Amino acid sequence: MTRTQNNAAWFLVLPVLVLVAFNAIIPLMTVVNYAVQDSFGGNVFFFEGTRWFEAVLASDRFHQALGRQILFTFTILAIEIPLGVGIALCMPRRGIWVSVCLVLMALPLLIPWNVVGAIWNIFALPELGLLGRMLNGLGFDYNFTRGVGAAWFTMILMDVWHWTSLVVLLAYAGLISIPDAYYQAARIDGASKWAVFRYIQLPKMKRVLTIAVLLRFMDSFMIYTEVFVLTGGGPGNSTTMLSIDLVKLALGQFDLGTAAAMSIIYFLLILIFSWIFYTVMMRGESQQ
Amino acid sequence: MTEAAASSASLARAEARARARRRSWSWLVPTLYILFLMLPIYWLVNMSFKTTNEILGAFSLWPRNFTLQNYQRIFTDPVWYWGYFNSLIYVTINTVISVAVALPAAYAFSRYRFMGDKHLFFWLLTNRMAPPAIFVLPFIQLYSSVGLFDTHIAVAMAHLLFNIPLAVWILEGFMSGIPREIDETAYIDGYSFPRFFVRIFMPLVASGIGVAAFFCFMFSWVELLLAKSLTSVVARPIASVMTRTSSISGYELGQLAAAGVLTIIPGALVIWFVRNYIAKGFALGRV
Repeated sequence: MTRTQNNAAWFLVLPVLVLVAFNAIIPLMTVVNYAVQDSFGGNVFFFEGTRWFEAVLASDRFHQALGRQILFTFTILAIEIPLGVGIALCMPRRGIWVSVCLVLMALPLLIPWNVVGAIWNIFALPELGLLGRMLNGLGFDYNFTRGVGAAWFTMILMDVWHWTSLVVLLAYAGLISIPDAYYQAARIDGASKWAVFRYIQLPKMKRVLTIAVLLRFMDSFMIYTEVFVLTGGGPGNSTTMLSIDLVKLALGQFDLGTAAAMSIIYFLLILIFSWIFYTVMMRGESQQ
Repeated sequence: MTEAAASSASLARAEARARARRRSWSWLVPTLYILFLMLPIYWLVNMSFKTTNEILGAFSLWPRNFTLQNYQRIFTDPVWYWGYFNSLIYVTINTVISVAVALPAAYAFSRYRFMGDKHLFFWLLTNRMAPPAIFVLPFIQLYSSVGLFDTHIAVAMAHLLFNIPLAVWILEGFMSGIPREIDETAYIDGYSFPRFFVRIFMPLVASGIGVAAFFCFMFSWVELLLAKSLTSVVARPIASVMTRTSSISGYELGQLAAAGVLTIIPGALVIWFVRNYIAKGFALGRV
């Protein structure tokens, strides 16, 4: 659609701008302040330059948290996106079951995140939980509070349980927007199921799938509450993601300089990744 | 002519057969998936009807000594039930403000080009991308300094950070699907902008408003790190009541489970109301 040039449109955007700026710019200024200064209390600050940044970038603790974060994010993306698309392809297209499926599938998305952690904690308890009991009954030595492998398995299963529905809903929305004529044409051409998927369904889902990847990437990269309630970052530090580490630094140890520097690095990382996704998405948009 | 009709008839038959064959097994995948989704929830519900002794004593797939005691305590203890009210209050304030300010902004983005529009849009999205963990400490300081700490407004305002960008994004997608001619016709007919917007345009994007409100509700309802950090006593959300209770009075799984079950209910109600919007809405809007 062609849009007309009109700088008065700024007035329509103004309320949004003021509210978001109040919430975004002032706190970010505070973070920047802490990141470049040091204090021995009493509101006396000394300029420290980039010392905190160097300390964070050189610390093993940050490297390990970042490594775990990247491993986690890409694992859940590799599971949730194909699984979500697969389920969406098998969903009914019309009739009463559509509503039933959508409502039931959307349910995990609306459960508060600490409750998600609590649900999985209860579900996976080695002795009292259904999952823990089942796995131990099958002969696995399963205890997510002690074994690193078990903790990661539970954490990933929890995220798949929690968020695959978002991918399903988005992919399904892309699928039902494909006109029937496309399928009829494919059938006349004798296209195989795979060809229908590869050349009709997948291209038509491209836009919603980009959004799905973008949302899942961003949200899993900032995961905090679910994992914190489930494992508390343990055993050891094996499930300490970036956000958990950051909150430990800022509110637990009150290590403000390091925490602020880490915040900025963390935010820049997400920003860079998101910018890449955004440009890819917009390029796809302009082709359509 | 007859040949063509015959071939199209056979094509239709083949189509119906293919559809029937697909229907015969493909229902299994969503069913299994929903089963997987429901199992942990069932376990939570199961736990919530058990006494603490039974939970710790023996493993059972359903409650043997069925009890409502866990729920009873939540409904009679003001600390518990006010947790739910507090959460609902700030979620409602947040949803109303988010949608109200996002509506004109989304209209501007979908209809006009103006100085810096692309940068502004991206900047808004970056706020959706900012990890809440970064903002915890600055928010505590900011809202304490303006005297809003431990109020519903503080949490509602803090959640605007990620909900406004989301609402703008969704509404912009919906509005771009509505032809410009409608705006132009209305202006020619002598409508002023506010009257056109409220009387004609908003009913047209009603489903978009529904979807945007749904997402704002959802993300404000489930977010806890900020909600917990910005409140202490007066506006304490249910999540923080849950953690505090479990840490003070020991390991009360039944109580925790009952509180968890009750947090699922508002979400389930909201989904039920917007279920038709979800199905249609996802396709029209961008999210």
